[in-house]
Amino acid sequence: MALQTEETADSIEFDSAMNRRRFVQVLGAGLIIAVGCGPVLGQDRGGRSGGRGGGTGTVSTRLHIGNDGVITVLTGKIEMGQGARTELAQAAAEELRVPIARVQMVMGDTGLVPDDGLTAGSRTTPSTVPAVRRGAAAARMLLVELAARKWSVEPGTLEVSGGKITHAASRRTLTYADLAKSGEAAVVLRQRIPDDVSLTSVDQWRVMGMPISRVNRRDLVTGAHQYPSDYTRPGMLYGKVLRPPSYNARLLSVDLAPAKAMSGVVALRDGPFVGVAALTTLLAERALKAVTETAQWEIGSHPSSQELVGHLRNGVQGGVPRSRFAEELAQAAKKLLAVYQVAYVQHAPLETRTALAEWSDGRLTVWTGTQNPFGYHGELTRTFRLANENVRVIVPDFGGSFGGKHTGEVAIEAARLAQAAGKPVLVHWTREEEFIWAYFRPAAVIDIEASLDAQGRLTSWHFININSGAAAVNTPYRAGKTECRTVSSDAPLRQGSYRTLAATANHFARESFMDELAAATGADPLDFRLTHLDNPRLRAVVEEAAKRFNWRERVKQKQPGTGVGLACGTEKGSYVAACVEIAVNTAQDAITVQRVTEVFECGAVVNPDNLVAQVQGCIIMGLGPALREEMRFAGGKMGNAAFSRYLVPCFADVPQLDIHLLNRPDLPSAGGGETPIVAIAPAIANAVFHATGKRIREMPIRLRASQEA
Amino acid sequence: MDTTVALIVNGQRHTLTTDPERPLLQVLREDLKLTGTKLGCGEGQCGACTVLIAGQRNHSCILPVKDAAGKAITTIEGLSTGDRLHPVQEAFVEEGAMQCGYCTSGMILSTVALLNEKPQPTDAEVRSWMNGHLCRCCGYPRILKAVQRAAAQTRR
Repeated sequence: MALQTEETADSIEFDSAMNRRRFVQVLGAGLIIAVGCGPVLGQDRGGRSGGRGGGTGTVSTRLHIGNDGVITVLTGKIEMGQGARTELAQAAAEELRVPIARVQMVMGDTGLVPDDGLTAGSRTTPSTVPAVRRGAAAARMLLVELAARKWSVEPGTLEVSGGKITHAASRRTLTYADLAKSGEAAVVLRQRIPDDVSLTSVDQWRVMGMPISRVNRRDLVTGAHQYPSDYTRPGMLYGKVLRPPSYNARLLSVDLAPAKAMSGVVALRDGPFVGVAALTTLLAERALKAVTETAQWEIGSHPSSQELVGHLRNGVQGGVPRSRFAEELAQAAKKLLAVYQVAYVQHAPLETRTALAEWSDGRLTVWTGTQNPFGYHGELTRTFRLANENVRVIVPDFGGSFGGKHTGEVAIEAARLAQAAGKPVLVHWTREEEFIWAYFRPAAVIDIEASLDAQGRLTSWHFININSGAAAVNTPYRAGKTECRTVSSDAPLRQGSYRTLAATANHFARESFMDELAAATGADPLDFRLTHLDNPRLRAVVEEAAKRFNWRERVKQKQPGTGVGLACGTEKGSYVAACVEIAVNTAQDAITVQRVTEVFECGAVVNPDNLVAQVQGCIIMGLGPALREEMRFAGGKMGNAAFSRYLVPCFADVPQLDIHLLNRPDLPSAGGGETPIVAIAPAIANAVFHATGKRIREMPIRLRASQEA
Repeated sequence: MDTTVALIVNGQRHTLTTDPERPLLQVLREDLKLTGTKLGCGEGQCGACTVLIAGQRNHSCILPVKDAAGKAITTIEGLSTGDRLHPVQEAFVEEGAMQCGYCTSGMILSTVALLNEKPQPTDAEVRSWMNGHLCRCCGYPRILKAVQRAAAQTRR
C-alpha cells in the first residue's frame, strides 16, 4: 500500500468482465459538455490541467457575467463544510469590486468548471483563492479597458465600485450588466488571464479579510439545500451492495433468484460485485438480505488490531532502521529512545458516501460528495470506458469528508446498478458500510531516538514513521544530526488521507518526545522547545499561547487530579500552539479536557469567522482520536462499526476554548482547515504526564493502556 | 404487508400505502420528498433524523411509520412561515452555527423541543439535552451559542 506523502487513498480494484475488456481511451480535450439547465456558459476547458489548483486559461473559463450583473464563478473546488464557497466568493467580489451577494459560485461540476485539483491539502486558500482573484481582476481590467475604448479615455481615469465603471470627469457610467447585455463583456472575457494581472493589496481589502458567514446559510437552516443524498431523478431506484462478511473474503457463489423474484427488484452480479436496486430503501434492504443469505465466501486470515503494532513493525521490508548517529549517541550526556503508536481511525462524516447515477444516451451523470470531482470523473471514464465528454460528475455541497472522500467507489456502484436497471440509481452507504469499507486514517508506529549534550541540547534526532506517512515528519527544532523518514509496511486496512494526513501522528510522537526530553534534562517544556526553535513564526505562536494560558504560573501549580500540557507544530505553511488543562480520574480511567488555549497563524486571514470555526472544529475533532477513537478489529471483522460503539466527540466533550488568530497581513495566506488539529493530542498526553507522572505513548491516550477487542 | 397510513406532516395530511414497519425517515424522504430530515446513522445515535411529533423530538430513522400515524409531525421544512424563519433558525443563522450543515436540521428541531419544555435552560441543561446530536465538523461551540441565543429571544 502506498505511503502517504501527499493526498492519497488506496483504490479498490474493480475486477469485472468490464475491466478485463480492452480499454480504449477517447480523448475529449477541448470538448464542451452540453448543459441541459442553468446558464449557458461560453467557455473552453483551458484550466483542465491545473491539477494543483492553479487553474489558468481564459477569463471565461473562470467566470461569467450575467445580464443582471450577477457574477458566476466557476471552480473545481468543492464545499464540504470547510467554507470554500464563501471564501472563493469573497475573492471574486474583492477583485471585481462588487458586494459578495452579487457573486454565485458553481463548484465541482466537471461539465462546467475548470479543474482546480483536489479540494485537499489546505490548497484552496493558497492556490484557488489567488486563481479566482486573478480571473476576477483580469475581468475587471478587461471591462475597464472596454469602457475606456468606448469613451476614448485612458483606463487609468476610470473607477470601479459596486459593479459600476465610472468616468468621473464626464460623469459617464457603465455597469457590468450593461456590458453583459450588449454582448461585449462575453467577447473581451474570452481573452486569457494575463500572468501579471495585479491583485488588490491586503491593506485595500474590503471583502476579503472580513468575517463573513456561510453565503448559503439560509438554505442550511431551512432544509432547502440538497445534499447528494437528497437528489432524486424520475424513476429513480435505491441501490444496495453486497459486502463481504469480513476483510479478505472472496465470493464463491451467490444466488440472485430470491431477490429477482421480489416484485420491482433489480439484481446484478458482475464478478465480485453484487448489488440490488428497488423502488424503496426498505425493499432494497430486503432484497439484499435475500441475496446475502445465499452467498458463499472463502474467508482469509486477517490480523487483529491488538496485533497491529507487531504486524506493522514486522511488515517493514529489511527491518526498521535504527539511529545511524552512533558517535552522537556514544558521546551523549543523555539519550532517549521511545516508541509511539497511533490507532486506525475513521473519518465518519455525517453524510456517508452517496452517489446518484443516471445514464442517458450512453452518457453518465453522477451526483455525489467527493473532494476529487475530476479524479472521480477519471475513475468513471476508465471503469465504463467512456469518453471524457460522456461523463459528468456534479458535486453539490455535501455533508463532511475530512479527507475521506477522495475515491469514487460509490459512484461506480450506483452507475453499475443504474446501467443494469435502465433507471437512475441512488446508493447511500449505511453508517456501518462507511465504518468498515471506507478508507481509514493509517495507523502508525513511530520510533524516535535522540541524544543530548551536557547543556541539554539535542545533538542527534532519529525519527521513523512506520506506515502512516510523511506529512510533518521533519522536525522544526534544531536537533543536531537528523534523520526523519517514513517506511512502508503491510497495512492491514485500506488507508488514505485524513485531515492533515500523518501530521497528527508525527506531531503526537515528536511533541510528546520533546516533553520527555525536557523532563529528562529537568527543563520546563516551554523553555526546552524555545531553546531548540529558530523559526520566528512558530516561536510566535508558542509564546503567545504560553502567555495567554499563563503557562509559567500554571505549570508550577501542582493541583491533584489536574495537569497542563503544551504542544506546537507547523504544516502546510501554517503554525499552531496549544496549551491544555485536563482533569484525570484514575479510578474511572477518565481524562477530561477542561480548557484549551490555541494560537494559530496562517498568514493574512481571508475570513476570520470561518477560520475560527475551522480551528474550533479541528480542536474538538482532534479530541476524538486523542482520547477515544480507534477501530477495533479481529478475524477480519470490525468490532465497533457504529456511533454507539465508536464514540466521536460530542457536546459533553467541548472544553472551554480560548482561540487566538495571529493575523499576518504581510504574509501570503495559507489554508487553515487542517493544521490546527495537530497540537491537541500531544498537548493532552503531556498534560497527563504533568498530572500523573505517567507517559502515555499511544493514541488514543488512556490511563489504562489496554485495548478491549 | 402494506397498509394505509395517514400522516400529518407540517400541517398537511398525507394518506399513503406502505409497510407499517418502514422507518418514518424513509417515508418522509422517499415518498414525501421531504429531504431536510437526514440519515446519519440509522440507530438513533446522531440526531440527524430528528423530527417533532406532537412537539416531542423523535429519531425518525428508528421510528416505524405506523407509530407516527395520525400525529402532528414537524420537519425542518415546516418550521419557517413563508419567508420568515423560525426564531431558532434565525439564531443558527445569526451565530453561523453550521459548517457542512448536515446535522443542522436535527439540531434546530431539537432546540425547538427543548425551548418548548424549558424556555430558560442553563448551559448545563443545553449541553445535556443536545448531547445526543453529533456534529462531525465539531461546530459545537457555535451551536451552543445559537441555542442560548434562541432561548434569549424566546424569553423576550
